[in-house]
Amino acid sequence: MSKRIEVNDLNVYYSSFLAVEGVSLEIEPRTVTAFIGPSGCGKSTFLRTLNRMHEVIPGARVQGEVLIDGNNLYDSAVDPVLVRRQVGMVFQRPNPFPTMSIKENVLAGVRLNNKRMSKADADDLVEKSLQGANLWNEVKDRLDRPGSGLSGGQQQRLCIARTIAVSPEVILMDEPCSALDPISTLAIEDLIEELKQEYTIVIVTHNMQQASRVSDKTAFFNIAGTGKPGKLIEYDDTTTMFSNPSVKATEDYVSGRFG
Amino acid sequence: MSVLTSPPKSPVGTPVANSLTAGKLPRYTAVYVLIGCIAVMSLVFAMIAVAAGSDFNIVASVFLGVVAYVVVIWVLSRAVEGPRKASDRLVTALVATAFTIALLPLISVAYTTIVNGLPRFDIQFFSESMRNVVGPGGGALHAIVGTLLVTGMATLISVPVGLLTAIYLVEYGRGRLKHAITFFVDVMTGIPSIVAGLFAFALFALITDDPGIRFGFGGSVALSVLMIPVVVRSSEEMLKLVPNELREAAYALGVPKWLTILKVVLPTSIAGIITGIMISIARVIGETAPLLIIAGFTTSMNYNLFAERMMTLPVFVYTQYANQGADTQAYIDRAWAGALTLILIVALLNVIARIVAKVFSPKTGR
Repeated sequence: MSKRIEVNDLNVYYSSFLAVEGVSLEIEPRTVTAFIGPSGCGKSTFLRTLNRMHEVIPGARVQGEVLIDGNNLYDSAVDPVLVRRQVGMVFQRPNPFPTMSIKENVLAGVRLNNKRMSKADADDLVEKSLQGANLWNEVKDRLDRPGSGLSGGQQQRLCIARTIAVSPEVILMDEPCSALDPISTLAIEDLIEELKQEYTIVIVTHNMQQASRVSDKTAFFNIAGTGKPGKLIEYDDTTTMFSNPSVKATEDYVSGRFG
Repeated sequence: MSVLTSPPKSPVGTPVANSLTAGKLPRYTAVYVLIGCIAVMSLVFAMIAVAAGSDFNIVASVFLGVVAYVVVIWVLSRAVEGPRKASDRLVTALVATAFTIALLPLISVAYTTIVNGLPRFDIQFFSESMRNVVGPGGGALHAIVGTLLVTGMATLISVPVGLLTAIYLVEYGRGRLKHAITFFVDVMTGIPSIVAGLFAFALFALITDDPGIRFGFGGSVALSVLMIPVVVRSSEEMLKLVPNELREAAYALGVPKWLTILKVVLPTSIAGIITGIMISIARVIGETAPLLIIAGFTTSMNYNLFAERMMTLPVFVYTQYANQGADTQAYIDRAWAGALTLILIVALLNVIARIVAKVFSPKTGR
C-alpha cells in the first residue's frame, strides 16, 4: 500500500516569487514524518507539492523532481488527478461537504468520481473507513445526518475517514490538530499511530510535542527573513532532532529559544 | 412631560438600587415624545387652519412633528443620557424615518392596485381572451399565457448562458478575458430595455427579411438580453461564496475539476443561485417596451412562440389603458386587474423561490 517519496532539489514558486528553495529529502514507507518550522517558512507549500495541490493556486509552479516509488509526479504526461488519488490530504480546518450526510461524506471520493458501487459495498466501505478513523462508534446511529453537525474533532476525523476511503498510498496532513482541543488532538494522534501500519504519513505541525510524540523523522524548515525563500535546514530521526540536532537553528527552535 | 419629572441622578441620601441604571430616560420616552411632537404640530396647524380659514394640513403636521421629534429626543437624551446615547437615539430616529418613507409608496401601490384590480379579478378574467370584446367583459387569458410562455422561454435561454458564464468567471477565468467579460456584463446590466427590444427586432427583421416581424420568441430573446447579466452577476456572487476549502477537499480526493464544480460547488450554492434566477425573472416579467416592439399586441390566444403576435400582461395593461373604448371604466378595470395579476405572479414566484432555496440549502443538522 504505502510508497516511498523522494524529493530532489525542489524549488517552489508563486509566479516569480521563490517560496521554497532547494529541498531534497527521502521519506520511507510506513513512517510518520513531521515538518516543523516557523509560520511562512514554506512547510505547507512544500507539503502541497507532494500531491500537486499547490497548482490550485494561480501562478504556482515547481522546479525539480518528486518521485513516488521512482515515478516523477511532475512529468509532463502525469495527470494531477491521478496523483491526488494516490496521495490523500487532510487540511488544517475540518471541511466536510455541507450538502452531504456523514455517510455521503465518507463515500464522496468514490461517488464524486462517478463510480458505481453496490449498497452493501458502500456500507462496508463506510464502516471500514469510519472505524479506521476511530469515529464509527460515535456516529453509527446517525450516518444520514449532515456531516457539519458533528463537533470539530469529529469533523476532522470524518475528513480523515473520507481520505482513507479512497485508499491512497500516502496521507498528507496540514496541521490537522491546530483547530482542535487536546482530547480530540489525542484521538487524532492515536489514529496517526494506527494509520502508520498501512500508510506513509507526512504531517505539518506547529506543536513540537506533537512532532516528537507521533513522528519517526522530523524535518525543520526555516526562513532567513520576509521575502526570502524557505529552506530545509535539517532532516533526521525525531529523537536526534529533539535531543542532539546538528544545526544551531534547529536546537534554538525545538528548545523554544528561537526569535 | 413625564420625562422631566424623573431626575437624571438620585439626590444624595436616597439609596440607589442599581447605580448602573442611573442617567437613563424612562422606558417609552421616545414614544411619548413622538406623540407629543405630532400633537403640538397638529395643534399649530389647526390654529393656522382656523385663522386662515383653510383646510387642516395633516401631511405638514406629521412631517414637522417627526422633525421636531428628532430634535427634541436628541436634546433630551444628550442632557440626560450623554452624547453616546444621544447619537444612538438620533440615528435610530433617522433610520426609522427613512424606512417609513421607503415603505409608504410600496403600501400605496399595493393598496391602490388591490382596490382597483379586485372588481375585474374574476373567473371570466382568467378564462377568456379579448377577442371580439369591445365593451365590458373579456379577460386576460391570452396575456397571462403569453407572459408565461415568453418569460419561460427567456429563462430557458438565460439560465444556461448566464450560469455557465458565471462558472467560467469564477472557476476558470484568468486575466484580460475575465476582466473584459465582467466589464461587458456590467455594461449590459445598464442597457435600457427599449434597446434590447430594438436589438431583437432588428435581428429578426434582418434574418427573416420581414420589416414588420412580430412573434413571441423575439420577445424572449429581448428579455434574455436583459436577464443574462442579472443571472451572471448573482450566480457569480453565489459561487464566490463557496469556500475554497471545499474545492480543495474535493481535489485532494482525486476528483477532477469539472466534477468538483458539478457535485460540490453547485449543490453548495444552488439555493442562492435559484434565488438569483427568480429575482432576474421578476426583473424582466414586467418589461413592456421591448415586448411592445417585437412581440406586439393582439386580442387573441396564441400558444405558438414562433409565429404571430403574442400578448403579454404588461402590454395588456398598457393597451387597455392607452386605447380606451366607449365604455372607459371597463378598460381601466381590466388594466388594473392585469397589473394585480402581474404583481401576484411575481409574488408567487418569490414564494416558490423561498421554498426551493429552503429545500436545497445545506443543512447544519444541529
